[in-house]
Amino acid sequence: MSTQQEIRVFEVDLGNPKVRAVWAQIGKVCDPELDEPVTDMHFIERVDIDSDDHVTVSFRLPTYWCSANFAFLMANDIRVHVEHLDWVARASVQLEDHMFSEQVNTGVNTGLSFQKTFADLAPDQGLDEIREKFREKAFKRRQEVLLLALRNSGWSDSRITALTLEQLAALRFDEDEPAKQKPRYLALVGELGFASAPDDRIFTDYEGSPLAVTGLEDYLKDLRSVRINMEFNGALCRGLLNARYKELEPSDGEPTLIDFILDKVPPAASRGHTKNTRQISSD
Amino acid sequence: MYKTPEGKEIFVVDGHTHFWDGSPENQSNIHGKQFIDCFYAYHSALSPPEEVWEKSQFEKYTENQLYNDLFVDGPDDVAIVQSTYLRDFYKNGFNTIERNAKVAEKYPDRFIVNGAFDPRDGNKALEYIHYMKETFDIQGVKLYTAEWNGKSKGWALNDPKAYKCFELCEKLGIRNMHVHKGPTIIPLNKDAFDVHDVDHAATDFQNLNWVIEHCGLPRLDDFCWIAVQETNVYAGLAVALPFIHSRPRYFAEIISELLFWVGEDKILFGSDYAIWTPQWLVEKLWAFELPEDIKQQAGVDLTPEIKEKILGLNAAELYNIDVEERKATLASSPIMIAAE
Repeated sequence: MSTQQEIRVFEVDLGNPKVRAVWAQIGKVCDPELDEPVTDMHFIERVDIDSDDHVTVSFRLPTYWCSANFAFLMANDIRVHVEHLDWVARASVQLEDHMFSEQVNTGVNTGLSFQKTFADLAPDQGLDEIREKFREKAFKRRQEVLLLALRNSGWSDSRITALTLEQLAALRFDEDEPAKQKPRYLALVGELGFASAPDDRIFTDYEGSPLAVTGLEDYLKDLRSVRINMEFNGALCRGLLNARYKELEPSDGEPTLIDFILDKVPPAASRGHTKNTRQISSD
Repeated sequence: MYKTPEGKEIFVVDGHTHFWDGSPENQSNIHGKQFIDCFYAYHSALSPPEEVWEKSQFEKYTENQLYNDLFVDGPDDVAIVQSTYLRDFYKNGFNTIERNAKVAEKYPDRFIVNGAFDPRDGNKALEYIHYMKETFDIQGVKLYTAEWNGKSKGWALNDPKAYKCFELCEKLGIRNMHVHKGPTIIPLNKDAFDVHDVDHAATDFQNLNWVIEHCGLPRLDDFCWIAVQETNVYAGLAVALPFIHSRPRYFAEIISELLFWVGEDKILFGSDYAIWTPQWLVEKLWAFELPEDIKQQAGVDLTPEIKEKILGLNAAELYNIDVEERKATLASSPIMIAAE
């Protein structure tokens, strides 16, 4: 039994404006437990758009066993976000290689609720509780990045805790991570309603109470645990996905690797999509 | 025995090893294939390239290889070999107690065999616990809450049926509960990796030791909160430790969290063999130093004394191994080089 048969090639033609628009929508969907866009995690395998503007997004996860509830959330969010594009006639998702592929695909694509899809396995509640739990973790992770960046650039704790929504919005971060997390944090704070007026304090706890200098150290310890956990999971998931699908890194146009892959390309490749074998970096 | 570059001899108890059969011949269905494939992905994703095995060897390895990798080429003095049944996936089970005991009886000073039970079996589970105690004199069990059992796709440590089993374990002196929290399916609307049932069980069974394998990953943060409140909760390092090779800084953050919240006396080394082999893990752990900024931030250190506890002394304590006596026994019975 060779593992070579599992080699896959991404087929997302980002040169096509429609695909690019779909890709941007999918990029708004995060893996709930990692708080990272599914596009960055390399979960998206293929985007197909037929002549009737029916969009099919195929995605896969790091293991066959990945939580079905997370898979359902992501599949559903992908579909909803893609359907926000007004030219899209219909969006479907195709979860591949998962123990519940069939159920998730049928459920999401026919608009069934999570409970209905898994009537045998899920008690009477939906996924709200789990969504809420991971929203809190996302809030903490994004916030910690900003708090630490400000501390590292020499801000005092009293200056940090006094920062308002307007002031944070105007701040520019040079480093990648805080620059990336700032708009995500602001969006989440807005969604949660913790700050809405320009002079509202922007750093609050998850109850919405502004952070104080006293107790900040302990508070940061809690945030640190959350962030380490999420980053560690992200690293683990990337490693497992890479091991599972053996995506080959482009190696300066070496033809041998490509030749090797070509044999294994799924039939859709012949439809003329650009094949992007993207690199999964090790860090 | 691990001999450090400075010449110091370190007693190593490998808290988490397996002797499985995941071969296609033993697989009952696609789930059996996917299960071992997933293990293989862990193995190939996190091992240094020179330590990666062929798939077929990984699916099923011999007794000789197990012995060599752990004790001859590897640094283990004693290995705790865990049982995992997965009867819904594998015809003869994945890694039964009989399979483990057969190899262990050849090397009684080397192996500690742990059992396993499934509380959903009700009275049969209780009978099975008696059988394992009487036949193999087990001191511990591996609990796998993600295991499928017919229609059921998982269980929780605080299920009433599980409590009946723990009561019996307590009575029979089976004290070490190694809990692997895999992704469970039931209840599907909850977090599949939820570790809160550990909190209930550990509070309600103070006389049992709860070793949480993979230190609760991917819920390290939740796990740390629980462990800090319960004196009988331990962290097994399997899965976390291999990151020492590919992402040493992440590993530093993880181990510093564990040192801060769980403490140096309650962290146990485990290779999770054959997912990883112990030699490189122990070498790298011994050579590892926390980066200065993490040390400062977390307010902990990973000293040689602490490493020695993690590598063997903590587990020796849990399993009543007299380290000096065991060292002497092992020294007087030289390693057997198995004939091929």
